[in-house]
Amino acid sequence: MRTAFIESICELASRDPRIWLLAGDLGFSVLEKFAERFPDRFLNVGIAEQNMTGVATGLAVSGNIVFTYSIANFPTLRCLEQIRNDVCYHRANVKIVAVGGGFTYGSSGYSHHGLEDLSILSGLPEMTVLAPGDPHEARLAVEAIVRRDGPCYLRLGKAGEPFVHATPPKFEIGRAIQVRDGNDATLISTGGMLTRAIDSHEKLRARGIEARVLSMHTVKPLDEAAVLCAAEQTGAIVTLEEHNCRGGLGSAVADVLAQAGIGVPFGKVAVPDRFFSKAGSQSHFQLLLGDPIELVVRLLSRNKVDKAPSQKGLAA
Amino acid sequence: MRITDSRELAKRVRTCALRMVHASKASHIGSCLSATDILAVLYARVLRIDSSRPGWPDRDRFILSKGHAAAMLYAVLAQQGFFPVEWLDDYCRDGSPLTGHATVCVPGVDVSTGSLGHGLPIACGMALAAKHKSQTPSRVFCLMGDGECDEGSVWEAALFAPQHKLDNLVAIVDCNRLQGFGETRQVAELEPIVDKWRAFRWAVRDIDGHDLPTIEDTLAAVPFEPGRPSVIVARTVKGKGVSYMEDQLAWHYRSPNAEQLAQALDEVEHAA
Repeated sequence: MRTAFIESICELASRDPRIWLLAGDLGFSVLEKFAERFPDRFLNVGIAEQNMTGVATGLAVSGNIVFTYSIANFPTLRCLEQIRNDVCYHRANVKIVAVGGGFTYGSSGYSHHGLEDLSILSGLPEMTVLAPGDPHEARLAVEAIVRRDGPCYLRLGKAGEPFVHATPPKFEIGRAIQVRDGNDATLISTGGMLTRAIDSHEKLRARGIEARVLSMHTVKPLDEAAVLCAAEQTGAIVTLEEHNCRGGLGSAVADVLAQAGIGVPFGKVAVPDRFFSKAGSQSHFQLLLGDPIELVVRLLSRNKVDKAPSQKGLAA
Repeated sequence: MRITDSRELAKRVRTCALRMVHASKASHIGSCLSATDILAVLYARVLRIDSSRPGWPDRDRFILSKGHAAAMLYAVLAQQGFFPVEWLDDYCRDGSPLTGHATVCVPGVDVSTGSLGHGLPIACGMALAAKHKSQTPSRVFCLMGDGECDEGSVWEAALFAPQHKLDNLVAIVDCNRLQGFGETRQVAELEPIVDKWRAFRWAVRDIDGHDLPTIEDTLAAVPFEPGRPSVIVARTVKGKGVSYMEDQLAWHYRSPNAEQLAQALDEVEHAA
């Protein structure tokens, strides 16, 4: 996803002279492409994220489109008040990019786990929050946030994620992408958990359960229609996220369901409310979040009366 | 009609700010009065701005990083024609855009502030943008408090500005030696503050922040050195202009009652 980001931003910057990239002293072997092609629009601002965000705001309100870039929590939590008061309150065209979301840097330890960003950034008015599911979505997300006026947050993985989509899908901020069809249950995932959702779909199929898979690349604004559709047409909903269980994708989806008064069995695969103090790869941690398949099966077994499992409905 | 007499503008701003803070029972009058003379010179004699075109792209920018001194900023903007003076009566009232910390919802305000330490980084970004568009002569002025220099983000920006040769950037530090809950020397001694800014590679001038001709001569000399940002350390008195407020921590918070207001207005009116 990181490669998709840098290729996309270089292409966009070659056509739009307003695009700047500010990095917080990171980007070795990644950002050189941009820095070499556009030296007067690239800044290594140093290990100073509050200043990075303020400088980005000043550049943006002067008519530019400014990306800030760092790892995990550094471009967000370290300078959250700047994001709130400077970026969001001024509706500034600042696009905050965090590579290494979730457990991408799992073995680096807790300081490098990005697990609260989606809920915290979603809490800010004027902020659009995106966590693309694969490199195709990542590239399209970069293009979309450049077109979109105002503050955006983009959570990326690192490098080497598998392409889930065979070809670039139709991408629209706020519209979930249905990646697999199915009407027995729905798996809604955001960010890097998409591959886990696809894997779960296959394992559920082997057990005779057809699970719809939605890539909810935009956490805010959430595709509420897709959620409600899934609730009406399928027998259970499970959300998947590499994010704390409080306030992320699962909470956003539950909010929609509760307010709509739809009583569909619902569960979350998310990071429990505790620290992880041991090293581990991303996949190691993803497995620690719980088993989506068993969760779906358990939720469906609650479903005594309502939906016929093989009922075909309208596509999302 | 833009007022070009600094002394007259300063008197009007002090008068308005005192009335506003009294009427709304707001805080921060002491913080306003220490910086009024600087602000008056800026808006009467220095800033290239146009009240009929607050969004003029080539204008000078002014950031009140010590955003709690909003009353004086609103007063100066009203006096210089950015919006009707009557709006000042609604300062901090229900539904009024004139909130207690400076906000861009008010015509003429370039940046919303209120949490300290935010202004200088934004000023750096604006200065960088102006330099990038080399045709624009815009300068960026950022007024901070001395207590505000406790915030680390100020020093992040202080490292950044000379690195990028932002000689169209002018920081002004209102050194009134008092902060929120003590004297600056009791809380976190900033002296030698001039040496600090010089060590951060800024060009520094140390002046009396209430001497109008000196303020004007100093601002006329920016940039003090080509290729470097400029900083003016302005030695001021908190509450300047009202005898019972001068150098008193309490007047960071208190609002003058009717009797105190009358005395204050009288002193301001008859100041030398």
